[in-house]
Amino acid sequence: MSTAINAVDLKKHYEVGGGMFRKPGLVKALDGASFTLDAGKTLAVVGESGCGKSTLARLVTMIETPTEGSLDIEGKPADSSSVDHRKAVQIVFQNPYSSLNPRHKIRTILEEPLRLNTDMSAEDRGKRAAQTMERVGLRPEHIERYPHMFSGGQRQRIAIARALMLNPRVLVLDEPVSALDLSIQAQVLNILADLQAELGLAYLFISHDLSVVKHIADDVMVMYLGKVVESGAAKDVFANPRHPYTKALLSATPNADPVAKKERIVLTGELPSPLNPPAGCAFNPRCAYASDKCRTSAPALEKLGDVEVACYHPVG
Amino acid sequence: MGLLDIQNLSVDFQTAGGLFRAVDGVDIQCERGEILSIVGESGSGKSVSMLAMMGLLPWTAKINADKMVFDGKDLTKISKRERRKIIGKDMAMIFQEPISSLNPCFTVGFQLGESLKLHLGMNRAERKKRSIELLELVGIPAPETRLSAFPHQLSGGMNQRVMIAMALSGDPKLLIADEPTTALDVTIQAQILDLLVSLQKEKEMALILITHDMGVVAETAERVQVQYAGQRVEEQHVTGLFTDPHHPYTSALLNALPERAVGRKLPSIPGVVPGQYDRPTGCLFAPRCAHVQDDCHGNVTRQSAELGNALCNHPLNAKVTA
Repeated sequence: MSTAINAVDLKKHYEVGGGMFRKPGLVKALDGASFTLDAGKTLAVVGESGCGKSTLARLVTMIETPTEGSLDIEGKPADSSSVDHRKAVQIVFQNPYSSLNPRHKIRTILEEPLRLNTDMSAEDRGKRAAQTMERVGLRPEHIERYPHMFSGGQRQRIAIARALMLNPRVLVLDEPVSALDLSIQAQVLNILADLQAELGLAYLFISHDLSVVKHIADDVMVMYLGKVVESGAAKDVFANPRHPYTKALLSATPNADPVAKKERIVLTGELPSPLNPPAGCAFNPRCAYASDKCRTSAPALEKLGDVEVACYHPVG
Repeated sequence: MGLLDIQNLSVDFQTAGGLFRAVDGVDIQCERGEILSIVGESGSGKSVSMLAMMGLLPWTAKINADKMVFDGKDLTKISKRERRKIIGKDMAMIFQEPISSLNPCFTVGFQLGESLKLHLGMNRAERKKRSIELLELVGIPAPETRLSAFPHQLSGGMNQRVMIAMALSGDPKLLIADEPTTALDVTIQAQILDLLVSLQKEKEMALILITHDMGVVAETAERVQVQYAGQRVEEQHVTGLFTDPHHPYTSALLNALPERAVGRKLPSIPGVVPGQYDRPTGCLFAPRCAHVQDDCHGNVTRQSAELGNALCNHPLNAKVTA
């Protein structure tokens, strides 16, 4: 199996504020993430807002360059000036209402990547656009329509079709179904599963909805305040979460079964400010197991059974 | 006697393309101290029916109801002035986006004090004391200092707590929560839901929870009403709804949940919710329904309470087929 993406210790720091006499603050939006994504597999990145999951998406799609660390795409260091790399990684955004230009016809939207990156003739571009429309379950004759004439689910299909136009190897899916209704969400998830089976795509699936992640992911990476706290195969992480944060996150997710009684760990407090993160383990102010050691030094991600966990007091 | 009794509520919007029926003959009953949940996808009229009751819809909306009784008063008959005395006091509402429901120009303390002054006629000192009590009640740390904070200085979860405190200021008999946790993270969602349920128990108020999240419904509600395209299609107790849904729409919606999936493929509902111009005759769900039969395009009958009041000619029944 070929490796689509290999990231080692990716970091992205932003400078914020500051002025003539004041030093700017440093936000460590992403502070060391390592992972491998194989072709045909789905890696899900899970976490609350501000945990750095969208920053990771921006790094993998080469919209931003990492402050530190290395990113390899199909065995070669990521290079945003390489046409091959730009073609290999494509992204689908959360909100299909704002990611499609309202003034362009679907034809223009779908053909634009081909026009910019290939030397296909207009006729071939049109054919390819029509094929891709069909592949995502839309009628090819709707290609002359404008985005406002479609519903949310159909628009997300158009966004997926646009991402597929250049035959990518990796799709970065940044919360692709969280703006959609339940019945439509199932349709889009099915299309994504079909496409993966058919084309051998690798998915970097970013989501906060754990029930969706459990359904679609092969591997899971749980993030908290820019750091990876737990990663491993989805079935292991969901069956037996080892990090207290993963455990709390899983128990906080509402379960659509009114009969099942379960203990719910309600975390106190909120996500600390990334401008001024707590010393030691970033999770220690909200953690029930925190000790003095957790307040002074940050645990590294270490192998523990089947998964990797960054915690001094793993549970379970 | 029930606290809220709405019968045959319809709301039409005047649009450029003619009248659009957002709510179509919906009945809502709610007892004192009960948690009723209204679920449905976008466009199912769940928010609009509540906004109609609160009188918060714009003038383009035409509201018709056979009966709209809250706490013994018929809301369709009383004057606007009298209605304003009820709304925000006995009947309060919180919304999805806390950051856009609060006024960014005024402090939290000022906005909390407004309703205390208007509805309860408290003076400045009483208002401050009561505001601090309310913020404490919803679990905001250091309430005295928070009174002078502006909404942008607080997080989303904290702002939602402020909204809840405002809604509670008049000791409401009914609290309507319209997607109160959709904009929040899961761990904060758990905190807010726990807070709402504990306050509901403590104050013995009725809570109407509007949501699209089946997980939230399963964990908080007692009775559930399912809406589709502006109609009430089913109403059941929460355990019955999840184990034995009678309307094909409810059943299909539950099967589409990723956590219930058996294989890689989710059983999805084909098609989309009908819009203004493609509203079918007869059963509105018929074009997407797996159990559709010829008579579904004609009249639709409302089933009995044992069959979840399902608006369906061929309701599903697990007990019979099992």
